[in-house]
Amino acid sequence: MSSDGVDLKKRRFLTATTAVVGAVGGVFAVVPFIKNWNPSQRARAAGAPEEADISGLAEGALMRVKWRGKVCWVVHRSKQQLADLESLDGILADPDSAVPQQPSYCTNKHRSIKPQYLVAIGICTHLGCSPTYRPEIAPADMGADWKGGFYCPCHGSKFDLAGRVYSGVPAPTNLEIPPHQYVADDVILIGVDGGNA
Amino acid sequence: MKKLFALITFIALTPITAWSAGGPSVALEQANIDLNNHAAIQRGAKYFVNYCMGCHSAKYVRYQLMEKVGLTTEQIKNNLIFDGGKVGGLMTNAMPEKDAAEWFGGPAPDLTLTSRIRGGEDWIYSYLKSFYTDPSRPMGVNNTVFKNVGMPNVLWELEGIKEPVYHYAVIHDGHTEKVFDHEEDAKNYIREHGKGYKLEKVVDHLEITRPGQLTSTEFDQVARDLATYLTYIAEPMKLERHSLGLWVILFLTVFTILAYMTKKEWWKAIH
Amino acid sequence: MSFMNWIDARFPATSTWNEHLAEYYAPKNFNFWYFFGSLALLVLVNQIVTGVWLAMAYKPSAAEAFASVEYIMRDMDYGWLIRYMHSTGASAFFLVVYLHMFRGLIYGSYRNPRELIWIIGLFIYLAMMATAFFGYLLPWGQMSYWGAQVIVNLFAAVPFVGEELSVWIRGDYVISDATLNRFFALHFLLPFVLAALVFIHIVALHKVGSNNPDGIEIKKNKDENGIPKDGIPFHPYYTVKDIFGVGVFLIFFAAVIFFWPDFGGLFLEPPNFEPANPLKTPEHIAPVWYFTPFYAMLRAVPPMFGSQFPGVIVMFASILILFALPWLDRSPVKSVRYKGMLFKAAVAIFVVSFIFLGYLGMVASTKVILGFTATFWAQLFTAVYFLFFLLMPWYSVLDKTKPVPERVTQ
Repeated sequence: MSSDGVDLKKRRFLTATTAVVGAVGGVFAVVPFIKNWNPSQRARAAGAPEEADISGLAEGALMRVKWRGKVCWVVHRSKQQLADLESLDGILADPDSAVPQQPSYCTNKHRSIKPQYLVAIGICTHLGCSPTYRPEIAPADMGADWKGGFYCPCHGSKFDLAGRVYSGVPAPTNLEIPPHQYVADDVILIGVDGGNA
Repeated sequence: MKKLFALITFIALTPITAWSAGGPSVALEQANIDLNNHAAIQRGAKYFVNYCMGCHSAKYVRYQLMEKVGLTTEQIKNNLIFDGGKVGGLMTNAMPEKDAAEWFGGPAPDLTLTSRIRGGEDWIYSYLKSFYTDPSRPMGVNNTVFKNVGMPNVLWELEGIKEPVYHYAVIHDGHTEKVFDHEEDAKNYIREHGKGYKLEKVVDHLEITRPGQLTSTEFDQVARDLATYLTYIAEPMKLERHSLGLWVILFLTVFTILAYMTKKEWWKAIH
Repeated sequence: MSFMNWIDARFPATSTWNEHLAEYYAPKNFNFWYFFGSLALLVLVNQIVTGVWLAMAYKPSAAEAFASVEYIMRDMDYGWLIRYMHSTGASAFFLVVYLHMFRGLIYGSYRNPRELIWIIGLFIYLAMMATAFFGYLLPWGQMSYWGAQVIVNLFAAVPFVGEELSVWIRGDYVISDATLNRFFALHFLLPFVLAALVFIHIVALHKVGSNNPDGIEIKKNKDENGIPKDGIPFHPYYTVKDIFGVGVFLIFFAAVIFFWPDFGGLFLEPPNFEPANPLKTPEHIAPVWYFTPFYAMLRAVPPMFGSQFPGVIVMFASILILFALPWLDRSPVKSVRYKGMLFKAAVAIFVVSFIFLGYLGMVASTKVILGFTATFWAQLFTAVYFLFFLLMPWYSVLDKTKPVPERVTQ
């Protein structure tokens, strides 16, 4: 080995350039492997927006729609039930829906687009159980103040008929309202925002 | 270096030439498809759901794929999906396997990968054009590309009815010795030459005896559209891999040149 | 560098680096044939990484395997790329390893003191063949199925226990779900065995040092510091050189992946796009190209006493005989550069035979080539293959060798 004819500067420059270009190539090569973990077409198709036909949904009744593997409720609330919502404000943790658990177009008193129809994800915000629908007024086990709502059997969390959480229960936030829109008068498309967001 | 390139060329060429020796035995017509022709793929999709999907499925394909060739969700729903299925759903079909077995002697094969199984679009194109009347077959038709095919010619209303024109080959020792237009001439030839000669009736070409709704040029286009569609769904990522491949190779070339210069620079010290 | 000191006190990082790279002295006259070792390692890594990713979505069951491969190809982001990298990588692995082995053959890299490196290498090759065989069943296409059927049936040719043996391998009376599931487990496991063998291969190599195109032991000629006069540190000289080799290789590799992933039906066979159907045999069953030379030898041997077993023995013997190579070559020189016409001609004939056997393994055995059947040619070339090894103790001695220089040439 001898050092004649060696241009150290050029050598260093070329080595660094090759290393940088190689590193860039390495990063590019990793991209397909990372993207491969994205939800596949199948998962995306299964998670596509789901239509709910609410024409047959009677006042006070609840229907379940599966969207992205989760249960979504659609509840047809009566005028009385809507009126009762306001009376509960005092015993709720977040009566004005300050925590963004809903799209902006549902940040209102009744947490919905059309007042009478509540669309909510039926998963308790505490540990993910599915609360039961308790529309009765003041049943024995729920107490005299109960104006109808949802009760989580796992740890006793309570929500009103707008999915708002009671204070003093394990669940920290209101039930989540999924993005949805009305594609017809009585057809709700759950999973996408309408243009009115 | 010279040796290296010789070696690479040798390796690159050997297997291809070796393999091309064992091609298909039937001469196929060239389909000349263009996978960039989205209109052709769309038309092919429409023919496929109308004429093929009664029996065949394309069960690895989602209807949604057609969004990649320019159809909107609404167009897919209205023109391609007849069973109320979802746009994200697979192109399965409704024919129960038992029925298929009763009607055609077996379930109709899934067509997603036909183009890859048959080595390309030319087979599909030629096959679709090669049905002819053959009363000896259960469906009344036969096919020169797919001998004793089990399915009927679903496109006959478009294409019309084709009758075969035979020629008569004299076979000797497994080789075709002479070909005659008339059966009598062939028989005479065999009579003259004696034993060891066999007569074989071969379809020379097909002739339309009853025209269909389309002219033959128009029908060729239908067959070409179907071949385009089936080739597209067999490997929808083909064009994507070509365009990505160009960038990858361009990048690697730059990298390799840099690596070579770096290597040269380091090795200047080695004598 | 107190951090390195801290590490070195607990793990021999610096000393390993020096021993195997910075102060591992390799002969300075390596030519392009010496790229294939590092390339084989690269392809092994490619196979393991892409393979693990494929395994994340592949379903090893007869009902789901074929569909899950199509699912990977169509429904998963870049699944097609990862799958083509894996399928092309399998062929690239064998190609690179065949060239690596050929390098060893012409430069006498198997000779004393490197017999063990050659033998470990052959174990790597065997592990590769097993891995490839198990992996080939997984797409569950027609070729996968019937190829596995034919190979497993070879075991049925073993006298007395054959039938039970083949049933035991399959876990069923035909290739089935049970077979697929166990082949998948083994296909996943074996690459790690392979990686361990590669590690041992390199440890053995670094113990005795690399051979070179002149077949000269550079350790016999050291300077006052104990460094071989014809040696240069592997790092940086051969690392920069190998990186260039990697670049060239990747250009060809990418060209196949992106433009010819089927490679004219050699890497992905058309019948394999049809799901496995136990009731319908494809017209023509042939193994993948890297197995065809051995398949041709298998078919070349006619059944004897109503058994295929002799063919099976010949096929296995064709690989086992490679283990004897270090002791068959009795030439006074190692490298083909200083061997005579006799050896050169033998190698040339051997290469031609091997390539032709590869071709003959793909075509129907009744195919007529230049007036003779494929079976006849396969018999001829099988004989040549074995004679190359069996006659080596004689022709390598009779060969007129040239004098070997003291120092390596450029």
